[in-house]
Amino acid sequence: MLSLNAALAACMVCTLATLIPAFCSRNGLQRSLLCLLLAVTGLLACIAGLAGLLVGGGDLTLPLGLPWLPMHLRIDALSSFFLLLIGSLLLSVAIYSQGYLRGMAHIASLTVFMPLFVLGMLGVVLSDDAFTFMLFWEIMSVSSYFLVTFEHQHVENRKAGYIYLLMAHLAGLLILGSFATLYAASGSFEFAAMREAVISPLWAAIAFLLAGVGFGTKAGMVPMHGWLPEAHPVAPSNVSALMSGIMLKVAIFGFLRVVWDLMGPGDFQWWWGMLVLAAGSGSAVTGVLLALQQNDLKRLLAYSSIENIGIILIGLGLGMLLARFEYPMLSALALIGALYHAINHALFKGLLFMGAGAVLHSTGTRNMEVMGGLIHRMPWTAALFLVACIAIAGLPPFNGFVSEWLIFQSALMAPQLGGTMLSTMIPFSAAMLALAGALAAACFVKAFGVVFLGRSRSEAASHAHEVDHWMKLGMAIPALLCLLFGLSPVLVIPVLDAIPQLLLHTSISDSVHAHGWLWLTPVDTGRASYSAPIILAGMLVLGGVTFWLLHPKGRTIRRSKMWSCGNPHLNARMQYNATAFSQPLRRIFSGVYQPEEKTHIARPFHTLLTQQVRYIVHIQDLMVQRLYQPVADYVLSLAKRLDRLHQQDIRAYLAYTFYTILFLLALLSIKQSIAAYHFWPLMQGKALSTQILAGQPRLPVAGLVTGVAV
Amino acid sequence: MSSASVQIIQAVMLLLFAPLAAGFISTCKARLQNRRGAGVLQPWRNLRKLFKKEVVMAHHASWVFRFTPYIVFTATLMAASVVPALLVDTPLSLTADVIALVALLALARFFLALAGMDIGTAFGGMGASREMTFSALAEPAMLMSIFVLSLSAHSTNLTTMITHTLNSPFALHPSLAFAMVAMVMIAVAENGRIPIDNPTTHLELTMIHEAMILEYSGRHLALLEWAAMVKLLLFSTLIVDLFMPWGMTAQADLTGVAIALGLWMVKVAGLLFVLAVFETSMAKLRLFEVPEYLSGAFVISFLGLLSYYMLEVGA
Repeated sequence: MLSLNAALAACMVCTLATLIPAFCSRNGLQRSLLCLLLAVTGLLACIAGLAGLLVGGGDLTLPLGLPWLPMHLRIDALSSFFLLLIGSLLLSVAIYSQGYLRGMAHIASLTVFMPLFVLGMLGVVLSDDAFTFMLFWEIMSVSSYFLVTFEHQHVENRKAGYIYLLMAHLAGLLILGSFATLYAASGSFEFAAMREAVISPLWAAIAFLLAGVGFGTKAGMVPMHGWLPEAHPVAPSNVSALMSGIMLKVAIFGFLRVVWDLMGPGDFQWWWGMLVLAAGSGSAVTGVLLALQQNDLKRLLAYSSIENIGIILIGLGLGMLLARFEYPMLSALALIGALYHAINHALFKGLLFMGAGAVLHSTGTRNMEVMGGLIHRMPWTAALFLVACIAIAGLPPFNGFVSEWLIFQSALMAPQLGGTMLSTMIPFSAAMLALAGALAAACFVKAFGVVFLGRSRSEAASHAHEVDHWMKLGMAIPALLCLLFGLSPVLVIPVLDAIPQLLLHTSISDSVHAHGWLWLTPVDTGRASYSAPIILAGMLVLGGVTFWLLHPKGRTIRRSKMWSCGNPHLNARMQYNATAFSQPLRRIFSGVYQPEEKTHIARPFHTLLTQQVRYIVHIQDLMVQRLYQPVADYVLSLAKRLDRLHQQDIRAYLAYTFYTILFLLALLSIKQSIAAYHFWPLMQGKALSTQILAGQPRLPVAGLVTGVAV
Repeated sequence: MSSASVQIIQAVMLLLFAPLAAGFISTCKARLQNRRGAGVLQPWRNLRKLFKKEVVMAHHASWVFRFTPYIVFTATLMAASVVPALLVDTPLSLTADVIALVALLALARFFLALAGMDIGTAFGGMGASREMTFSALAEPAMLMSIFVLSLSAHSTNLTTMITHTLNSPFALHPSLAFAMVAMVMIAVAENGRIPIDNPTTHLELTMIHEAMILEYSGRHLALLEWAAMVKLLLFSTLIVDLFMPWGMTAQADLTGVAIALGLWMVKVAGLLFVLAVFETSMAKLRLFEVPEYLSGAFVISFLGLLSYYMLEVGA
């Protein structure tokens, strides 16, 4: 019960934190209290998650909520894992916020909605019935809308918030539909009943599609990602870190809960896994290709989140396919890979957003084209940001590599599944994963290189300053965790093993650490093995020896001017900038990007004397443009047509009201007559309505039954 | 002999022979072009010279620039010591499978590209941008080719893959042929050889690898050049391992190791000679034809995969 108590305490602290502005009005005090309470929440969530994974969870029914439906809470392995994920990032973000929010005026709305947002996420993870789930889901969506529009004085922030709210509610509607389908099959809102219910394949497929698109929208799956690159950059950076690091994972949690837990691997159909795999591959490649073309640092990170969600979906899709074809061990491996990537992404993306926030804090801009050389002005931020860049690029010995490696392994070991098409789809998606990983490396060379290396491209960048200790500490924790998770997967995976035990009734912990803590062996050493500690130790020893051999006394490095090919006047504008860095890819993938490029050459004096060349390139998210715009246009034209109905006098409005009531009464009586029909199993077919009337004289609107039902 | 000592011999051998291999290629090319050439030992002399020279660094170079040579060198050396060359089952071959090997080389490349951008010259950024672009396209093709091999061996561990090839009866597998062609194409691209990049030219607008290391001097440059040579020998050994491992020894006895060493040298020399012939008879590709070359390699390895599923699974 420790985990449940800790989780409840976390929720209480969070609720308490929303009340801060009510009893204190000083900005500084508000900020400190907010950060303190959020840090406590994070810590409690970590404790709850760890206890749940190691000791076991529990369940609880709270006397809150609807009269006939009290709130059901439950902690199992899956929710414990996500509690841990929420807690670990929340703790560091809370510490970071103490520094980041300093000097920010009017943070009252932030103090209300940030804890509310966290409360929503905690509640979603804890809930054990559909009603509680949707309630907290909506709290999460709505409160994050207010966080996105925190700086609402800018038009684009309001626009981004509106798109976000719209899509979040579309997602909510689809998820509600999926729960409704499950409710119809089980007759109860409680998850326990939904798990037991037998559902027909058709309805299972409908529930899967609704849940997949609904949670996919919230997770930023392509093509439902339109809101993500708008909303994440405009939110304050600590909120972006939470949104990108945790909120997207809560959507993944929802998907796992509904599809893997409530329906279960027994209901999987072969095309489900294919669909998730395809969506994942598409998201991974599209996300990173678009990330590469961004010049706004936070927008780049937002697109890269889409890529990482794609990687997680590739793992889940593989797991679903393998579970469907009854390879529970391999399926568990893919699932572990996906979950490992989920927590990795929370760590390094949280860190990257915090780093971007630090850069924004000290230069006042998100535009990469005016940065450069920040490594000299902000050495700590640069080093921590670099750790996250290496981790997200999937390079050893950091954590990103481990999860991608696990997913690769499960793809490689997948035996032949029914048919060549299915069998080649798996390696193909692994190749897409490799492409996405390599492009991500390019993307983060660009991000780090343009922002931190080179020479400063503007006055603001050359006068940047290092951030304070709170922010450094907040960034150092996830950086350290990135290294730890990269070095000791063998210690982490057995902790996660309770999740495949819950969902697939199988365990891979024996094979994983059969060879000691040093060796990660997913199935056995003959298949594949990886040892990050040995690689790191080997590199440290080799590097140290090389360094020591090459540095006898008295050999110093001479500093000089950089080599300029003989041209004495090099300036900072001659460096490769963000647009230039991605030019080769823009050209290679021009079919995907369809960039609008314009070159103006000014030759005012003579055709041979070029005075100025101006190159303008504009890249749009074609998916958004082609898919969302027609829908928006259609809705708008429909609204225009409906507009006429609003221009009536009072009698028309009264008529609307009357017909609406009539319609609703008719609906009600249809429902009752169907119910009556079910109570009368002997009377099938003939003279249905009159018999029902005779048998049920007390029906209040009986007259309408004959009128409508016949 | 214990397998650990063979492991050390192997790693040191790859390290020391790497400049010789580079010298061998340039000598072969010189002879093919009717020149005498500078001799097999020339790369060694170059390295010695560079190690003696003073290091000059730009005023605003950061620690990334300074430590990159060491990171690149050690990551490449680490990768090289994982690849079995003589003995099939070496102690270190379990620390990283093929995917981790590729990732180690990617780590080296990541830092090299960052160092290219550190000084802030146009050339450095250009090299970094192109290197990362082309390697991003090469990586899926390389992985696809490894996929084809691992399908029949059921493993990505080099030791298991080699044992599988050694123990299965010799037969012509179309899927392996496809995989090998793709792998050779990728190896050429990854090592920056003609027709992708030309390691012997400096200050050309089409250079990639040389553009990134343009600012380096002295021992830093020596380490980077050496790492590039080790990488070339590493890829040759990898191709030999995966497609023609015959002669590698399973036991760490003296005669077995000696035979394996002799055969390894012959096989690698043969491969390098073929490379020299190709480099002499071919011109460099235009920069924006490189993606077509790389996607060609991807398609070839994908064909290998399809042919594996269609022709070899049932058989």
